[in-house]
Amino acid sequence: MTMTNSSNTQAAPVVRFDGVTKTYDDDGVQVEAVRSVSFAITPLRFTMIVGPSGSGKTTLLNLIGCIDKPTTGRLEVCEQDVAALTDDEVTDFRARHVAFVFQSFNLFPVLTAFENVEYPLLLLGVAAGERRARAAAMLDAVGLASLGHHRPNQLSGGQKQRVAIARALVKGPALVLADEPTANLDTHTGAEIIALMRRIQDDQAVSFVFSTHDPQLMSHADETFAIRDGRLEEGAP
Amino acid sequence: MMMLKIAFRNILRNRRRSTMTLLAIAVGAIGIVLFGEFVRFVTAGLETGAVEKVGHLTVFRTGYFAFGAGNPTDFGIDDYAGVVRLIREDPALAPKLNVVTPIVSLAGIAGNFDLDASKTFLGTGVVPSDRDRLSRWDEHGVSRRRIPPSSGLRDDDQTRGVVGVGLARVLGLCERLKVGDCPPRPRAPRANGAPLDDDLAGLALADRAGSRPPDGDGLPRLDLLAATAGGAPNVVSLFVGRAERQGVRELDDNFVAMHIALAQKLVYGRTPPKATGIVVQLRHTADLASVRQRLRALFAERHLDLEIRDFAELQPFYKQAVGMFGAIFLFISLIMGVIVLFTVVNTMGMSVMERTTEIGSARAMGVRRSGIRRLFVTEGAILGAIGATAGAALAQAIASAVNHAGMMWTPPGQAAPIPLEILTAGSTGLIVRVWLGLVVAATLAALVPANRGARLPVVDALRHV
Repeated sequence: MTMTNSSNTQAAPVVRFDGVTKTYDDDGVQVEAVRSVSFAITPLRFTMIVGPSGSGKTTLLNLIGCIDKPTTGRLEVCEQDVAALTDDEVTDFRARHVAFVFQSFNLFPVLTAFENVEYPLLLLGVAAGERRARAAAMLDAVGLASLGHHRPNQLSGGQKQRVAIARALVKGPALVLADEPTANLDTHTGAEIIALMRRIQDDQAVSFVFSTHDPQLMSHADETFAIRDGRLEEGAP
Repeated sequence: MMMLKIAFRNILRNRRRSTMTLLAIAVGAIGIVLFGEFVRFVTAGLETGAVEKVGHLTVFRTGYFAFGAGNPTDFGIDDYAGVVRLIREDPALAPKLNVVTPIVSLAGIAGNFDLDASKTFLGTGVVPSDRDRLSRWDEHGVSRRRIPPSSGLRDDDQTRGVVGVGLARVLGLCERLKVGDCPPRPRAPRANGAPLDDDLAGLALADRAGSRPPDGDGLPRLDLLAATAGGAPNVVSLFVGRAERQGVRELDDNFVAMHIALAQKLVYGRTPPKATGIVVQLRHTADLASVRQRLRALFAERHLDLEIRDFAELQPFYKQAVGMFGAIFLFISLIMGVIVLFTVVNTMGMSVMERTTEIGSARAMGVRRSGIRRLFVTEGAILGAIGATAGAALAQAIASAVNHAGMMWTPPGQAAPIPLEILTAGSTGLIVRVWLGLVVAATLAALVPANRGARLPVVDALRHV
């Protein structure tokens, strides 16, 4: 495990793993995707989880995102032991504190770009006027103010990812998880997206956790955790 | 609102599949609504046919319904005119009444002695003008395109009567009464045939001697023989104005209607005349229960030993036919409902499968399981609502086309063909029930795949390809 940037070390970690193991049942065979992992993620950083395919980085990201639960060990996200929450409670927790940026964008195809950005606020019960204002401001922040009425199929890959970033950040989450956010983008667009996320992070004081292979993205890391065969590696990736 | 918008747009996503689903629901709605309206027409027709003949309620002397046919004297209503007046003049009943009229039911032998032909008959003595008013009852409008034929009976002519077409055929009156579909009467081999009973012929001749001149209006004449109250045979002459189809062969072969005074003369002879029943026809069938209750109270107040029967009791065929059509309607509705159910289950199941990643994304963003369930159930309900609305509207258009096509049919228990109709008037209740039923079926059908989608683990849903 390597920390490439040591600022903010005094703040409470946004994520804390303590002896976490995650085991999957794969057709009767128990597979340990994450093995007794202990580490903490410092808030307000660009944190990278890196490793080869099948190493367990996506599982780690799923655990951080509270869409999966540890088999053993303790996991705290935003100081909350997520394993102790019911399904509805953990869902509400995600709605408030965690946001995702997916590799394949995962925008809702029946909603316009504007509606996609507005949607997380709807889940939080934000009033219509405020919802619209915040969605418009967020779309403006990612440079898509003029494309709000477009459906995802009318946008390019880079534009879709911008909408996905706007959707993730509009609710002001504590933690944004991005699984290979640049994998489906060309190098130039990928660089733009990284720059955008960095700018927004500076503006909004959000912690970003990435799972990536992309050296371009990895070069922006404040903090990097390397994982192999479900275990965190000592030393730099 | 957003949920509705998303659900509606999701329906429009796979237009071909949604169209097929909507078609299935619409066809279901068309089938149920059209058949339901047709059943309403048939039921209304059966009710009209029964009420035209026997009114809504018939008042009998207690015991007549079970035993009285064999003893009309003991089971006749003595002061029937008083009872009729009592009913007509009751302020609670008066506005609900259409016709209150006495009848005399009797059985005997009808003979056309010119042809040496005789036949048992079942007769009814009626007040002719009341009988005509009874036959014009048409609360449901099913007979509005039919002009009720005049019975040919007159209040001021006690000798006229009407017979069933079967009786007219048996007694050789077809030609003179211009009955269609009547085979020519073969000449009876006199040598082998038994001569007419001397006593019967004698009685007939004796009666004729005291009556008006035979065939005064050129009408065929029958001699009716029945036993009087004392058991003595009695004969009267009847001039047959017309032959009527009764709809049931047994009744066609036996039916005789005559002036009540003639029936009373035949049954009661010189003793004071009675009525075997008092027919009460209401303006609206819906009043039946309240009128029955009031009549009971009225008879109890006056210590009248009378019982009341409704048309369904007097015409068991009505109940059977209504029950049968009701069962067929239920069966068809269930089949249509099941088709709709499976179609929507299939459509929503495919939709859940195709949108698994979306479900995962929504759950990751903070949509609860109940939110996913609600979305798919809303889509099912919208499909049901659109399909059922389109189906109900199309059903009305088809019904209108059928009603204007001029098709004819003979309903069960009816004598003559009538225009085939699909009763659209007053169908709002049926349409609302069908609409709600289909929407509920589509909603319930969506619940199964919706549950499946909602229960998907978020990680598995996001990984779905």
